[in-house]
Amino acid sequence: MAANQRPLSPHLQVYRPQITSVLSILHRITGVIMSAGIVALIYWLLALAGGDASYATALEVLGSIPGKLLLFGWSLAFFYHLSNGVRHLFWDTGRGFELPQVYRSGWAAIGMATLLTIVFWAAVLSGGQ
Amino acid sequence: MSLRSPLARVLGLGAAGDGTGHWWAQRITAVAMLILGVWFAASLPGLDLTDRGAVASWVAAPMNSVLLILLIAVGAYHSQLGTRVVIEDYSRGWAKVAGLVAVQFIHVVLAGAGILAVLRIGTGG
Repeated sequence: MAANQRPLSPHLQVYRPQITSVLSILHRITGVIMSAGIVALIYWLLALAGGDASYATALEVLGSIPGKLLLFGWSLAFFYHLSNGVRHLFWDTGRGFELPQVYRSGWAAIGMATLLTIVFWAAVLSGGQ
Repeated sequence: MSLRSPLARVLGLGAAGDGTGHWWAQRITAVAMLILGVWFAASLPGLDLTDRGAVASWVAAPMNSVLLILLIAVGAYHSQLGTRVVIEDYSRGWAKVAGLVAVQFIHVVLAGAGILAVLRIGTGG
């Protein structure tokens, strides 16, 4: 059989999305999003070290509408990657691979990420009270 | 009967040539980031981020300086491990080599800059 006539593995484009595959790629996507977020964290610290003027500029940049949206996105990515990461560490012990367990832990990761994001922003907006 | 050479078996590096080093490093740093990340996320709401002096004195507190430097160093290392795998999966040839080099350079620069910032704030510079 010629190389270009070999059977192909299922194409992602025609494969119905499932919670297993969607959560898997979300783990990778949120990881990459947070890698970009490191730039913001370092910028914030450099501005803080730089003095009042540079910190005021950083507050303006991060406090703008796009800045706020990015910060919210990074927090959601962080809490999802954290929750699903715990799921991965649990899998690394060799447990939880039965399909019903995989579905349950998947929904648990989604629930935990949502809950932690809400609690975090509620705490931030109430000034840590 | 195993067809693997005794040397290959002793080295234990497998077919990919680099063994389980990457896998373990990713897990160990994941556990560290779980602790450091929860600490950082729990600390932020207690800070008045609009008050530079208050934020700077929080960063300058010795325990916070140490944990922030660890967050930056371990975070950059964990991030570098992950983005390298993404590049290895989706690119090939020179793009892959250039991407891998760029990702590692960028992470070292970011981590260096972040640690310097914390040290400067910590020493009141």
